[in-house]
Amino acid sequence: MPGVGTIVFYALAALVLAGAAGVAFSRNILHAAFLLLVTLVGTAGLYLFIGADFVGVAQLLIYVGGILVLLLFSVLLTQRIGDVRVTNLAMGRGIAVPVALVVGLLLVTVAGLTPWPRTEPVAAPTTARLGDAFLREYLLPFELVSLVLLMALVGAMAIARRAVHDTTTGKWRDGPGPSRTEAPAEERFTS
Amino acid sequence: MTSSTATQIGLGHFLVLSALLFTLGLITASTRRSAIAILMGIELMLNAGAINFVAFSHFSRGSIDGQVFAVFVVVLAAAEAVVALAIVLAVFRGFGSVDSDAMTTLKE
Repeated sequence: MPGVGTIVFYALAALVLAGAAGVAFSRNILHAAFLLLVTLVGTAGLYLFIGADFVGVAQLLIYVGGILVLLLFSVLLTQRIGDVRVTNLAMGRGIAVPVALVVGLLLVTVAGLTPWPRTEPVAAPTTARLGDAFLREYLLPFELVSLVLLMALVGAMAIARRAVHDTTTGKWRDGPGPSRTEAPAEERFTS
Repeated sequence: MTSSTATQIGLGHFLVLSALLFTLGLITASTRRSAIAILMGIELMLNAGAINFVAFSHFSRGSIDGQVFAVFVVVLAAAEAVVALAIVLAVFRGFGSVDSDAMTTLKE
């Protein structure tokens, strides 16, 4: 009779893998985005199951509450919603899927055959220890990551800004402008 | 996971799970045409790596380094998603679509 922990683990694992399979094989990109939500929530559940409480909550806040919302916004801004039924086509499956399956088989074999040491884990709250680690051994990466976040913010604003044609001077300038149906000539890439 | 429930879930179970998740992310990233779907595949692969980190941290006594790395993975994935989606938006404004097959202007 498997214990409660085993059942919970397999339920969370099934959730994670079902969501990921949906992302990989769904033909509608909106479905794929919502199934990614299921995967991320399942992963957060796995973190909480294993006792990593801070990482689990951080995953929920940052991944689900930040990254996934950003993904959904970009899906809604870049797809014609009326035609969203088949928006996620796939190409090159004949070559990519066997290669990926070989990689997966290798990883699963290594993970399953290696005699991992059987240590009995101890559940304890981790937030205080993580705070200690961030401010002692991992202080430099911590500060660098804050720099990386600043660069990401500035860079994203610099990349995504829109050039506006100033009619008084006839020049192009940056800044928010009225929404236009066609990109300005400088920004249109001819293909 | 307390020792009172005597679970049989070991380190290998978590690694197999993350290997399968990585494989599905790899399939997503290499077979999709939409740039946003490729980004979703990359996020799946990053999650698989983070699960590995946390699992190793849990099963090695007294070490919390894996969870530190998992937090870094989450934060860097956020920064990468922001920049990648800004690029996708800018490209959408120039090409009118996010289909990676349509972006062929670097070819001769």
